[in-house]
Amino acid sequence: MERRVAIIACMMGLIAQAACVPKPTPEDLRLTPETQVNRQLQTRVFETSDEAKVLAASSAVLQDLGFLIDESEQQLGLLVGSKMRSAINPAEVTVMYILAIMARSDPVYSERQLMRICLVTTPSMGEPPSTSVRVTFQRIVYSNQGLGIKFETLGTPEIYEEFFARLSKSLFLEGKEL
Amino acid sequence: MKKHLKRISCLFFLGTALLSSGGCATTQERLLDSETNQLQLRSIQSRAFETTDQVKTLRTVMLTLQDLGFIVTSGEAGLGSVTGSKWNRGLMIITVSVRPRGESQMLVRANCQLDKQLVNDPVPYQMFFSALSKAMFLEAHEVE
Repeated sequence: MERRVAIIACMMGLIAQAACVPKPTPEDLRLTPETQVNRQLQTRVFETSDEAKVLAASSAVLQDLGFLIDESEQQLGLLVGSKMRSAINPAEVTVMYILAIMARSDPVYSERQLMRICLVTTPSMGEPPSTSVRVTFQRIVYSNQGLGIKFETLGTPEIYEEFFARLSKSLFLEGKEL
Repeated sequence: MKKHLKRISCLFFLGTALLSSGGCATTQERLLDSETNQLQLRSIQSRAFETTDQVKTLRTVMLTLQDLGFIVTSGEAGLGSVTGSKWNRGLMIITVSVRPRGESQMLVRANCQLDKQLVNDPVPYQMFFSALSKAMFLEAHEVE
């Protein structure tokens, strides 16, 4: 009998959850005070008018970092790459197993993550002519049951610094045609 | 206890019956989103800009999407469309198309979805076009 009550409660919970869909708010598509700071962190300007060269060097950096190129559109200066990596954290797995044993259920823990990068180049006809590169990162973490459990934007000042250092080096190498 | 259980079961079956009877009609209608007013939606989602440069407009759309925290997942200059996604209380996906309108304008249309639902509230679109307008240094004109 208790089991039946539990099943009914679960079903009711699922129905209630299905009905609870997030509503869009103006903040979803509004610029925030952090926009300017993020833009500065995510952008570097290179003193070259050769946008194609910057895109080629960027593509090489993406490949150096293990990304596969999903999308490229030279006319828009767009490169999109992704890679799948492990997201297993032994401490998390241990805790989730202990909780699962206590609750007599299956453990759910982060298993793999899809990491995505989007790079956009913009030429500027100023003096001297330049090409700016803006890069953003994102990841989706999947559980051992195949469900997407975390979806977030990644990027610390250090990550951007390292990425642009590699891109500068790659541009130099492209220039040298090595 | 027995009476209580009976009441819960009744409520549950009533709920499922209601959901399934309504679901048969509405879930199929969602293919063409037939319940929405197409003209009204088009007007909410579109703005015209005084420019003839389609590629530059698309490039500005991509930078605006990055400003708004989206990652651009695809873009095509030939068709004039860009798609981006971000997580904001749910998965938000936006597709923006840019095409010529008359001889001096570009029509920008944004189509946004939040967690399996079409966004048809005009305010988020107003916010998007306000951000795009700033990035383009051009006024966004409403269209009929």
